Amino acid sequence: MTATGPLLHMEGISKAFPGVRALEEASLTVGRGEVHAVMGQNGAGKSTLIKILTGAYRRDAGTVTLDGQPVDFHSPQQAQAGGVSTIYQEVNLVGFRSVAENIFLGREPRRLGLIDRRRMHAEARRLLERLGVQVDVSRPLGSINVALQQMVAIARAISFESRLVVMDEPTSSLDEAEVATLFGVIRQLKAEGVSVIFVSHRLDEVYAICDRVTIMRDGRTVDDRALADVSRLELVARMLGKDLAEVRRSGATGFTDATHHAERRLLEARGLRGAGRTLEHADVAVRAGEIVGLAGLLGSGRTELARAIFGADPVEAGELEVDGRPVRFGSPADAIRAGIGLAPEDRKTEGIVPEMSVRENLTLALLPAISRYGVVDRRRQQEVVDRFLRRLDIKTTGPDQKIRELSGGNQQKVLLARWLCLDPRLLLLDEPTRGIDVGAKGEIQTLINELADNGLGVLMISSELEELVEGSDRVVVLRDGRTVAELPHEAITEDAIMAAMAEGPATGGGERDGG
Amino acid sequence: MATTSAPARSVTRARLAGLVQGQGALVALALLVLFGALRYDNFLSSYNVTSFLANNAKFGLIALGMTFVIMTGGIDLSVGAVAALASVVAAMVSDRGLVAGIAVPVLVGVVIGLVNGSLVAWGRLQPFIVTLAMLLAARGLALTVAGNQSVAVDFESGFTALGTTTLLTLAAPIWIFAVAYLLGVLVLGRTPFSRHVLAIGDNEETARLMGLRVERVKLLVYALSGALAGMAGVLLAAQYGAGQPAEGVGWELTAIAAVVVGGTLLTGGFGSVVGTLWGVLLLGLIFNVLNFENGRGVISLSPYWQSIVLGGFLLVVVLLQNRLAARQT
Amino acid sequence: MARASETAAVGAPGRARVWPRDVRDLGQTYGAAAALALLVLYNAVFTDRFLTTDSIYVNLTQVAPIVIVALGMTLVIATGGIDLSVGSLMAIAGALAPLIFLSDLPFGVAVAFVVPVLVTGAFGLFNGVLITRFGFQPIIATLVLFIAGRGIAQVVTNGELQPFRNPAFQYIGLGRVLGVPVQVLLMLAIFAVMAWAVRTTRFGRQVLAIGGNEAAARLAGVPVNRVKLAVYGVSGLLAGVAGLIVIAINSSSDANQVGLNLELAAIAAVAVGGTPLTGGRATVVGTLIGALILQLLRFTLLSHGVPDAVALVVQAAIIVAAVFLQRQRQT
Repeated sequence: MTATGPLLHMEGISKAFPGVRALEEASLTVGRGEVHAVMGQNGAGKSTLIKILTGAYRRDAGTVTLDGQPVDFHSPQQAQAGGVSTIYQEVNLVGFRSVAENIFLGREPRRLGLIDRRRMHAEARRLLERLGVQVDVSRPLGSINVALQQMVAIARAISFESRLVVMDEPTSSLDEAEVATLFGVIRQLKAEGVSVIFVSHRLDEVYAICDRVTIMRDGRTVDDRALADVSRLELVARMLGKDLAEVRRSGATGFTDATHHAERRLLEARGLRGAGRTLEHADVAVRAGEIVGLAGLLGSGRTELARAIFGADPVEAGELEVDGRPVRFGSPADAIRAGIGLAPEDRKTEGIVPEMSVRENLTLALLPAISRYGVVDRRRQQEVVDRFLRRLDIKTTGPDQKIRELSGGNQQKVLLARWLCLDPRLLLLDEPTRGIDVGAKGEIQTLINELADNGLGVLMISSELEELVEGSDRVVVLRDGRTVAELPHEAITEDAIMAAMAEGPATGGGERDGG
Repeated sequence: MATTSAPARSVTRARLAGLVQGQGALVALALLVLFGALRYDNFLSSYNVTSFLANNAKFGLIALGMTFVIMTGGIDLSVGAVAALASVVAAMVSDRGLVAGIAVPVLVGVVIGLVNGSLVAWGRLQPFIVTLAMLLAARGLALTVAGNQSVAVDFESGFTALGTTTLLTLAAPIWIFAVAYLLGVLVLGRTPFSRHVLAIGDNEETARLMGLRVERVKLLVYALSGALAGMAGVLLAAQYGAGQPAEGVGWELTAIAAVVVGGTLLTGGFGSVVGTLWGVLLLGLIFNVLNFENGRGVISLSPYWQSIVLGGFLLVVVLLQNRLAARQT
Repeated sequence: MARASETAAVGAPGRARVWPRDVRDLGQTYGAAAALALLVLYNAVFTDRFLTTDSIYVNLTQVAPIVIVALGMTLVIATGGIDLSVGSLMAIAGALAPLIFLSDLPFGVAVAFVVPVLVTGAFGLFNGVLITRFGFQPIIATLVLFIAGRGIAQVVTNGELQPFRNPAFQYIGLGRVLGVPVQVLLMLAIFAVMAWAVRTTRFGRQVLAIGGNEAAARLAGVPVNRVKLAVYGVSGLLAGVAGLIVIAINSSSDANQVGLNLELAAIAAVAVGGTPLTGGRATVVGTLIGALILQLLRFTLLSHGVPDAVALVVQAAIIVAAVFLQRQRQT
C-alpha cells in the first residue's frame, strides 16, 4: 500500500463490441487530490473507458490499479464499495423521496429493523454541511433545484468514503450560479484529498476547475497534459486530430462572420406569457434570412418561449404575428402548417422516436404532405429521405436503420431534416448542438448558416456564448421569463450577453429596452 | 427564480394528488357511511358492520398486496385465480387442522408469487403479461386439482373455526384484516423495504445504480402479493365452507380499482396503504348501500346495476382526482 | 460507419449482439410463424382428420372473434395503451342485436348489424375521451367500462339468456361463402385492412410514433389525441363485430358470458405475436399468428384428451415462453 504514486492508473485498456473496437490500449492516470478532465468527441471512447472503471462494462484487456492495488469491478456497487463513486449526467436519484433518504437509500440507519429517522437526518445534514450546502433534508428531493440535487448525489458519494468521484457531464443541466456551487464542492473534495474525474464538453469549465486533461480520439488516449500547458485551440485540435493551423484558420465554430441580409419580418411575439411562471413577458422578432440568438440562463424561459410560439404549450397572454397577421397556434400541427418547425432541446425524450427507422423519423412531420387519402406515397418518401441523407451527410447504414443506433450528431441532423423537408420558413432550434461532438457540431452550425443565407428565419437557443456570438445576427436575452435585452449584431460580445443575462434591465410593461 | 425543475413540479403534483386522492376516498367513504346511517335503520347495526367487514376482508388482503406491487410500478393480475387455487388447497388440507389449513395455501401463494417475481425481476418480462399468464395457470391448476367442482372443507378439524370464531365480538377474518393493514402501514411508513419499493417504482434504473437489490425487492413484493392472495383464499374457503376453484374472477381488477381510488399511483413510486383501505371499504360499501336501498322496497335495482354503479363511481372518483390534482398545481 | 455502430453498442451495455439485426428481425417475424407451423405439422401427423376442411374451419371459426378483437387491441397496444373493456363491449353488442332484430323495426336485421357496432364504437370513443381529454391511464379508463359495460348488457337483457333463430342475422356466424365460413372471411378481411393500414397509411405510422415517443410525435405535428381516439374507437367497433359473431354462432345471447375474459385472450394473442406491451411497434401478422398458436395449442391438447383446465396451464407457459424469447431478440 503506497501513499505516493497516482491514485488511479488504467493501462492498455481495450474493449470491443461486436463489430466495433471501442477502446484500443487506452490509458488514464489520475493523481491524488487531482481534478482530471477526460475529453474527446462522441465516440472517442471516453464513456466506455469510464464505464469500465465504474464496473458498468468489463474490459477485454488491460490493467486497472487503484491506490497501487489491482482492481476489477464487476458492478457499480462493487466500485462504490471500492471507493469509486459516479455522478451521472442526469441526476440519478429518486425524486419522490426525501433528501436524507436519497443519501442513505440502501444503507438506512436502523433501530429494531425500522428506519431511525432522527439519526438519518442528522447524518445527512452533517454530510451536506461538509459540502457547504444548506438544505432541509426532509424535503422530497424533486422539490429542490437540480444543482442541489447534484450536491445530494455528491453527498451520497462521499458518504461511501469515496477516494475517487467520477462526474459524467455533471453541468449539462446546471445554470451558471449552480455550476459555481458545484465547483465549490469540487474544490472542497480536492482539499480533502479526494480525486475527481470530470467529463465535459465545455472548455470553459474544464479550464476553470481541472488540473490535468486526458484527451481521447478513436478509442485511444492521445494526450495527457497539465491544463496550464495546453491552449484551448490546441486542445480542440488534438480532439479533432487536426492541424493547429487549420483550426486557427476556420474558427472554433462552423459559423462564418458575415451577417445575413434580414428581410421582411416573419415572426413577431409581443408580451408572451405561458401558463406557469417561467414565461412572463417575452418579446422576440425574427426576419426571413436571419439567425436570432436567444440567450438566458436555465429557467429564464428560453425553451418555454420557443414552445409557446410553436403551440406546444398554452399561451395565456400576449400577441403572436406571422407575416404581420395575428395568429394563435392551438397545437404544433397548426404551427407546422404555418411553416414553422421546432427542434427540441432534449432529443431523446422529445425528438426521436427511437424504435422507428431513420426514414420514418425523418418524414414524421411530412406525412400529411406525402400521403394521399391517408396512404403514404412510398416513392416520394424515399426521394425525400435520399435527398436529405445526402444533403446533410447523415451517416447511417441505410434509411431502415433505427434512429437510436445513430450518434447524437446524426440524430440531430435527422431531426433537422425532419423540418427542412417541409421547406419551412422559420426554425426554432433549442440547443441544436448540445451533446454533439465537435465535428458534427461544426457541420450543423455551417448548415444553419447556409439555411439562413437561403432565406430561412432561425431562432437559435444556446447556452454556449461562443455559438451565440459567432452565429447570431441579433441576440435576444431573457431573464426570469422576460425579454431584458436585444443586442444588434455589432453589439454582440460574450461580455454583453453575460451582462444582460445576469443583470440586464427587466422590462416592466410592454416596452423593451435596447441592448 | 423559478428553479422548480420538471421533476420538482411532477413531485409536488404527485404529492398533492396523493393527498387529495387519499383524503378524497376517506371523505367519500365518510359521506357514504353518513348517508347509510341516516337512511337505513340497521345500517350501523353490529351485524351489518361485522358481516360487511368480514366479507371484505379477503378483498382487503388482496388489495394490500396489490398496493405494494403497484408501488414498484408493477401489477399482479393473478391474485383472483391464486385466491381460488388457495381456497381449493385449503379445503383439501383442512382435515389436518387449522395451522395446515392456513400455512399450506399461503405457501402455495408465496410460491406462485415467487414465480411471478422471478419472471419479472430476472426474466425482465412485463408484469402485466407474466401475471396474466399466471392467472390462466393458477385458474387451470385450481380447476384441475378440484376436478372442476367445489371442494368441501372438513368440518371436524377446526378449520371452519376461522370463519366463525370471534374474539372481542369481532370475527377472526376482521382481526386478520385489521392486523394485516396495521402491519402494512408500519411497513410502508417505517421500514427500509418500503423505501426500496418506492424508489424502484419511481425510477428503477436509478435504484439499481444506487446499489439497491432491485430484483430481490421485486421478488419479495410479488411473493407478498401471492401470500396475501393465498390468505384471501383461506378466508374464502373458511367462509364458504368449501374450496371454490371458479371464484375470484375479476378480483384483481376490483383490487386495482381500490388501490387507485385510494391514491396510489399506477405508475409506481407513490402509494398509501391507508388509502387502499378506504378504497376497499368504499367499493364494498357501494354494494352494501345498494342492498339496503333494495331492502326498503321503494325501488328495485337489479343486482346487475351494481356493476354499472361501481363503474360509474370509479369514473367519477378518478375524474375528481385528476381535476383536483390539476387545479392544485 | 464506426461511429454510428459504436453508439449503438454503447447503448446496449453488456448485452453482446449475437445476430446481425436482419437475422434477428427474421427470427422475430418468423419465430412465431415457425411455432405455428410446428403445431400444424404435429397435428397433421398425430391428430386424426386434422387436415380436413371441417377441422380447419372449426379452428378458424373459433379463433375469429379473438383475432378480430386482438387486431383492435394491437393498435391500442401500439400506442402504448391497453383496452380492458372489449369483452364487456362484446356483451353489449350481443345484448343489443337481438333486441333490434326481434322487434318489428323495418330493416331490423340490417339495423341489428349496424347499430350495436356503432354503439360499441361510441363506447370505445368514450374510453378514448377519458384518456385524451381527462388524462386517465388507459388501464383505469377501460377498467370503468370493463366493470360497467357488462352491467349495462345485463340490465338491457335483464340478465336473461335470449335465444333466437334468425337465419338472416346468423349468417354472420353460420353462413358460408363458397364453403368458407363468413366470420373467417370477415376476420381475414379485417386482418388484411389492418395489415395494410399499419404498413402503408399515415395513420399507421402516427400510431407507431405515438407509442414510440408521444412527446416527439406531438412536436412533429402528429394529432396525438385524434389518433388515440380513433384507435380506441376502432377497438370498440371491432369488439362489437366480434360480439355479433359470437351470439350468431350460439343462436343466443347471454350477457353474463359473451366476451368473458376475451380481453385477456386478445392481449395474450398480441403479446405472443410479438407486439411489445410498451408500444411503439406493432405486428398485425404476428397477432394473427399469436391467436392461431393459442387456439391450435388448446385444440391439440383437447383433442388428445387433455382437460381444458390443464390446457390453461400450458397456454400460460407458452405465453411466458413466447414473450421471453421475444425479449431476448429485442435487446
